Amino acid sequence: MNRILGVLSLLVVMYALLFATNFEYAAKWSNLKDVLSQQAFFGVLTLGVGVLIITGGIDLSIGSVVGFSAVLFGVLMRNGVPPVAAAVAVIGCGAVIGLINAGLITGLKLQPFLVTLCGLFVYRGAARMLSPGRPVGLQGVLTEVREGGTPEAYEAFRSQLEFLRKALVGKDLDGELGFPMQVVVMLVLAAVVGVLVHYSVYGRYWFAIGHNEQAARYAGVPTGRQKFAVYVLCSTLASLGGILMLLDYSSATPESAGETWELYAITGAVLGGCSLRGGEGTVPGMVLGAAVLPLLRNLISFVGSIPWVFERVKIDPIIPALVGLTLLFGTIADEFFRRRSKVHR
Amino acid sequence: MADAPLFEATDIHKVFPGVVALAGVSAHLRVGECLAVVGENGAGKSTLMKVMAGVYQPDGGTMRLAGREVRIADPADAINAGVMLIHQELNLAENLTVAANLFLGRERTFGGPLGLLARREMARASAGPLGRVGLPPEFADHTVGDLPPGQKQLVEIARALSLDARIIIMDEPTSSLTQGETDRLYEVIDDLKQAGVGVVYISHRLAEVKRVADRVTVLRDGKNAGEVGRDQISHDNLIRLMVGRELKQLYHRNRGGRASGQPLLELRDVRYRGGPSHPISLSVYPGEVLGMAGLVGAGRTELAEAVFGIRPIESGAVLLDGRPLVVRGPKDAIRAGVALVPEDRRLHGLLLPEGVGFNLALPNLARVSHLGLVSPGGERALGRKWVDRLRVKTPGLGQPVGLLSGGNQQKVVFGKWLAGGPKVLILDEPTRGVDVGARGEIYAVIDELTSAGAAVWMISSDMEEVLGMSDRIAVLHEGRLAGVLSRDRFREEDVMRLATGAH
Repeated sequence: MNRILGVLSLLVVMYALLFATNFEYAAKWSNLKDVLSQQAFFGVLTLGVGVLIITGGIDLSIGSVVGFSAVLFGVLMRNGVPPVAAAVAVIGCGAVIGLINAGLITGLKLQPFLVTLCGLFVYRGAARMLSPGRPVGLQGVLTEVREGGTPEAYEAFRSQLEFLRKALVGKDLDGELGFPMQVVVMLVLAAVVGVLVHYSVYGRYWFAIGHNEQAARYAGVPTGRQKFAVYVLCSTLASLGGILMLLDYSSATPESAGETWELYAITGAVLGGCSLRGGEGTVPGMVLGAAVLPLLRNLISFVGSIPWVFERVKIDPIIPALVGLTLLFGTIADEFFRRRSKVHR
Repeated sequence: MADAPLFEATDIHKVFPGVVALAGVSAHLRVGECLAVVGENGAGKSTLMKVMAGVYQPDGGTMRLAGREVRIADPADAINAGVMLIHQELNLAENLTVAANLFLGRERTFGGPLGLLARREMARASAGPLGRVGLPPEFADHTVGDLPPGQKQLVEIARALSLDARIIIMDEPTSSLTQGETDRLYEVIDDLKQAGVGVVYISHRLAEVKRVADRVTVLRDGKNAGEVGRDQISHDNLIRLMVGRELKQLYHRNRGGRASGQPLLELRDVRYRGGPSHPISLSVYPGEVLGMAGLVGAGRTELAEAVFGIRPIESGAVLLDGRPLVVRGPKDAIRAGVALVPEDRRLHGLLLPEGVGFNLALPNLARVSHLGLVSPGGERALGRKWVDRLRVKTPGLGQPVGLLSGGNQQKVVFGKWLAGGPKVLILDEPTRGVDVGARGEIYAVIDELTSAGAAVWMISSDMEEVLGMSDRIAVLHEGRLAGVLSRDRFREEDVMRLATGAH
């Protein structure tokens, strides 16, 4: 509870700062809905890795899986696969990646850190192999389909793509953002994951495994099966993220799509109360934690646009440092609250 | 005897949030004396020892070393003053060698800025302390984490000895030791006394206290309840002071012939991975307690783990109620009705940061959930039922299990299995680190279980317990079944003979 209040107050303060300053566009809906879209996007990723962290695992490959999925999505569509079918296939791929991760970790007893670190490189390479030297983009996809088939087929494809884009991301094919639908997607996922984590037997198993996998096993928890489940969940949500990414930004570069995003997702989970030691975390915390960094970036970019600041400091390079400091500050604050609430033993 | 006592604590007070641990306790220790401190869990023994060892600061009272008043501000102060506390829960670095542990904090180096470790020298220098606790010099290079609990305990004691303490406080030192190792410890204590070292010995095992102590001081509810000199030490005396009333005989047993009919659990020529090459066959009958004795390292825990599904069985068969039992993991065993209370409850038996209710419910989630969702009401009801039935002392169901006393923790481990109504309950050292009161309650539970027809396989190194509770005793020696004794032939000597391989 303390953790949730902590991150919530952090968000409130940041929003207050955003509004309090007189930046022209800061408080406008046009800016806020952009920020909300990003917060929701990282929320999806954080939900996946947060559950994994509760079980004591970690996945460093998420960013590459996002990139790989986005590229795969584009490439499939480029070759005529209808958008919805392509999306389903990509998500299926994400699940398979999760199975591979879990298989190596539980079967060969390899360290999650190492296995997913390899994944980070492997899936980045796979993305580049899918579309060597060439970014994927919605416009390019539409062009290919139009040239490759009948007008009716193209029309069917185009309307399906538009539907998908509007339903999941809230943008029409010209890129105009109406309502940030990613927020809806994220909230639905958060509700499902929340019920699983906090109200179902599976959540119990996950916390038990995170605290002490041996003891959980001795208590009859099917640890192997559950670890598979959470790795699959994490990678599947990451591949969903890839689909959302392509639909949102309309293009993806195989070399760099999704780079470092695993760290944003993990930071979001930690800010929201998930301990990397395992056995701790809440779903509301994950959602709120994921919302911090996109808001921070937004805030920083506005601060950077003040002429006074702009002349003295290069804002862009500072962002990673500020992200790191935020995480550090969040961790220190968490330790502080933790010590005050526990009975000293 | 010196004039001033070696150590004197007067009117010590210590309060924690919500609980008064010590309400004016006094104790003194003379040079070359062994003082036993006994009392139920919660009586204040551990707190008093931690105050002496500098882990806690007293809120009131004074301490004197050889007549001079001292203030022990932290464990380092205590060590400098020559006071060493050997914890019940061992404080060793599992991933380092025995020698490294003995010299932890005062490593011998070759000198110079790099501080290179003089490993061979330390290994050689370890031989002395190791010898004093009966361990061979080769042990210096063993990794502590690979040793069984009994030997780890001996390493802890060797470490204290190597630090030349003047006062050694031992908190339940024999909880993981076999009879042989315990005897060795008594010899070590005798040696220490001869050398003028004072020993404070905390134990639940009153038979040990009788053997080793010159004086016994009894604590109850944070106060002194009485003191007993060597000649007046008796089970009854001590228990009366500890509990404040007469305690009926601990092992209420109407044990009697039981080995009839079909065994509930049967092992036929079982061999398991990592186990001895010689197969084991044994049976446990419904309604009986099969005690399993043997030296530390005889393979009792490993055999139980094999039946429970932790270790793969390589050949032979396990039958439950006459039907073959195939177990690929604990989940299968549990579903079939076999439960295991593990030797190390903190490591394997409980999830320490989680609450009593959580731990009780974990293997029983299917029973308190619907369509995968846990019913909070059902879980609470389960928790309350077993907390009441087993008389677990806890402020509430949400209390992290790690904060309960040893006896209450063990009751939670029992409770989570009993809730499922097991057919066969395997117990591995069920009352280790458990105080007298809780112990009696646990034995009563075992009685109830067997009366209801369940079979209990009880592994124990506590000879009193094995002799008192079992209907039959199976003795293992180096992984093989050395013999099974029936109740009319129960004698400690017979068990020891089989356990040590003599015939």
